[in-house]
Amino acid sequence: MSTATSSFLSVRDLKVHFPTADGIVKATDGLSFDLEKGKTLGIVGESGSGKSVSSSAILGLHRGSSAQISGEILLDGVDLLQVSDEEMRRRRGLDVSMIFQDPLSAMHPYYTVGNQLMEAYRVHNNVSKKAARVRAIEMLERVGIPQPDRRVDDYPHQFSGGMRQRAMIAMGLINNPGLLIADEPTTALDVTVQAQILDLLQDLQREFDSAIIIITHDLGVVAEMADDVLVMYAGKAVEYGPTKDILVRPEMPYTWGLLSSVPDVAADTSSKLVPIPGNPPSLLNPPTGCAFHPRCPHVAKVPGDLCRTVQPDLVTGRQGLGHLKRCHLADPDTVYANEVLPEFDPVLADELADELTAADSNEKGLQ
Amino acid sequence: MLAYVIRRIFIGVIMLLVMSLVTFVLFFASPVDPAQFACGKNCSPELREQARKSLGYPPRNQGVWESNIKGPANMWADFTKGIVAGRDFPADKEMREAAPQNVVHCSAPCLGYSQYSVKTVNTMVSAAFPITFSIALAAVILWVLFGVLIGVLAAVTKGSFIDRGIVGLSLFAYAFPAFFIGTFLLRYVAIKWGLVSVPSYTPIASGGPAKWAFNLMLPAITLALLYMASYVRMTRAFVLESLTEDYVRTARAKGVSGRVVLFKHALRAALTPLVTMAGLDFASVLGGAIITESIFNFNGLGKLAVSANNNYDLPVMIGIVLMAGAFVILANIIVDILYAFIDPRVRVG
Ligand SMILES: Nc1ncnc2c1ncn2[C@@H]1O[C@H](COP(=O)(O)OP(=O)(O)O)[C@@H](O)[C@H]1O
Ligand code: SF4
Ligand SMILES: [Mg+2]
Repeated sequence: MSTATSSFLSVRDLKVHFPTADGIVKATDGLSFDLEKGKTLGIVGESGSGKSVSSSAILGLHRGSSAQISGEILLDGVDLLQVSDEEMRRRRGLDVSMIFQDPLSAMHPYYTVGNQLMEAYRVHNNVSKKAARVRAIEMLERVGIPQPDRRVDDYPHQFSGGMRQRAMIAMGLINNPGLLIADEPTTALDVTVQAQILDLLQDLQREFDSAIIIITHDLGVVAEMADDVLVMYAGKAVEYGPTKDILVRPEMPYTWGLLSSVPDVAADTSSKLVPIPGNPPSLLNPPTGCAFHPRCPHVAKVPGDLCRTVQPDLVTGRQGLGHLKRCHLADPDTVYANEVLPEFDPVLADELADELTAADSNEKGLQ
Repeated sequence: MLAYVIRRIFIGVIMLLVMSLVTFVLFFASPVDPAQFACGKNCSPELREQARKSLGYPPRNQGVWESNIKGPANMWADFTKGIVAGRDFPADKEMREAAPQNVVHCSAPCLGYSQYSVKTVNTMVSAAFPITFSIALAAVILWVLFGVLIGVLAAVTKGSFIDRGIVGLSLFAYAFPAFFIGTFLLRYVAIKWGLVSVPSYTPIASGGPAKWAFNLMLPAITLALLYMASYVRMTRAFVLESLTEDYVRTARAKGVSGRVVLFKHALRAALTPLVTMAGLDFASVLGGAIITESIFNFNGLGKLAVSANNNYDLPVMIGIVLMAGAFVILANIIVDILYAFIDPRVRVG
């Protein structure tokens, strides 16, 4: 163990590489983060940035595949990358569980919801079918399924999308795991149902005191749920810190791009949607230097072609410890306040500009 | 569900009617005079006329049917009526009245009368059917059981030596002519090496289930090998596909063991299309396993069809064609109903 840490979950330099015929796909390339019990980490990024691959690694779902994995995943001090396959199997669903994006395809179409919940419970608890059924009904009730004693015998296709995701959550929490990973849990649902599911997750988190990793490409979800945010791009963290810092004073152009493309964060009439130009890079041959440079509108602000040639390190940003960013820009705050924010949210831009001026004069006053 | 079944059966009956009509039309389009065949080698014009009347075929001059439309239409109508209500042979009323002691009653569903064999088609078919059914049943059990097991083995060892061996062998078996395998089993395994006795069909009623099954072994293996190769490859493909399904990932994420993931989650989904295929393949074999029956000299429907064809014994041919068609149509309906039981998404409600 290189880093002594007291965090409940501590991921250090996680790499998940897939050897393919065309070369090595570096889906996760040196990811580190920490998470405490009762807290929520949001992992954000466009699709293909390696979010699912990274979180699946925590459950050991790449075992038995050709994936090359390195680093450390310490859960309660135990490195999950070092435990045996059987040990990992015993921990899945018991210590860590995962719910997935599309609850229709994630539940087996041929078995009843109750059967699938009971299976999740009985894998880890030596109880009768009857007892497991009682537990399944109890969990369905807890996640807000009406008439759970009847619906328990329904098949997944007989549930609505929102109900199915509730049932998935019930299945994920049936063994009261310390860590719940929710991989885009609301992406397949419509907006009102999304909000209900997020509320439910928050309620349950308070009740069970579990740690949650919520994966999403929607910063709105992060704003509502997460204590910390990790922004991923091309298999790497490009910005990481407390949610408020990241949403209010993001320092990395990719995060800016994500923010501009989410209209509901600001929930303001003057805000407008500005999509990030271009496509996510290939993880087979990622761009040289900063992986975001082919899409970044601020390359010219960095002297000496650094963006194209040198990969920036993940370093502490201007807001001090706990806010990390991977970008060469010398003065990201000013660029953000003067150029980026006015583009998609003029009102917020004014507020931030005032704040920055105040901070500036403060600094001057101190000198 | 019931309404659906009734509709399917109704459509099936219509399909059978159309099939029989087409068969009759083809029969009349043929340049060969079936009465000539039915009457035999040393046939005088009088005898041929008698055979024609007794079979109920309309008159024919210099190889051309006289009443072009009416002839086939009447015959088809008689045939259809016979299916529903039964018939008496000879078909000609005067002939029946002249020799009432020779009248043969063919009760519904009457498939016709073979002048050649001097039997109703029903008698011939009911003698042959149990034999074909036995071979088909033994074969379907073998090919589904081993096809699925070997296919699963290939899927879980994907890319390995075992997998490649299985895929290669099944391609080989697939490409191999069935008559070769059957002939090999008969000539070498049974006759030359004497590992088993030469199979001859023994009904359960006369020899008991063990003897029945033992005699079916070689023919069933011959027939099963033909199908097994494709079932191995289908199973392999279906299992590999369902192993990538989201719900299989969910099962693993729950901490379910690898064996349960494979059999309860992945294979369960892969079985659905396999059951469908097996049902339809079984039905098509029921119409007669021509090669297998011929090699082992089992007098099933396949052999009956071949000899009827050689003898231009049209009533028998029509009867077998219709029965084979009925099996396939019926199997389709049964498989569809079965599907609703296997896949809850298809179930109504
Ligand atoms: N088994 C695999 N073999 C090769 N590449 C893979 C494999 N699994 C995922 N990838 C690649 O890893 C990248 C990241 O995928 P993923 O984690 O699913 O992205 P996200 O969840 O952020 O949308 C994708 O480009 C995907 O093609
Ligand atoms: S390092 Fe350069 S290219 Fe990368 S985000 Fe910062 S400014 Fe843009
Ligand atoms: Mg994903």
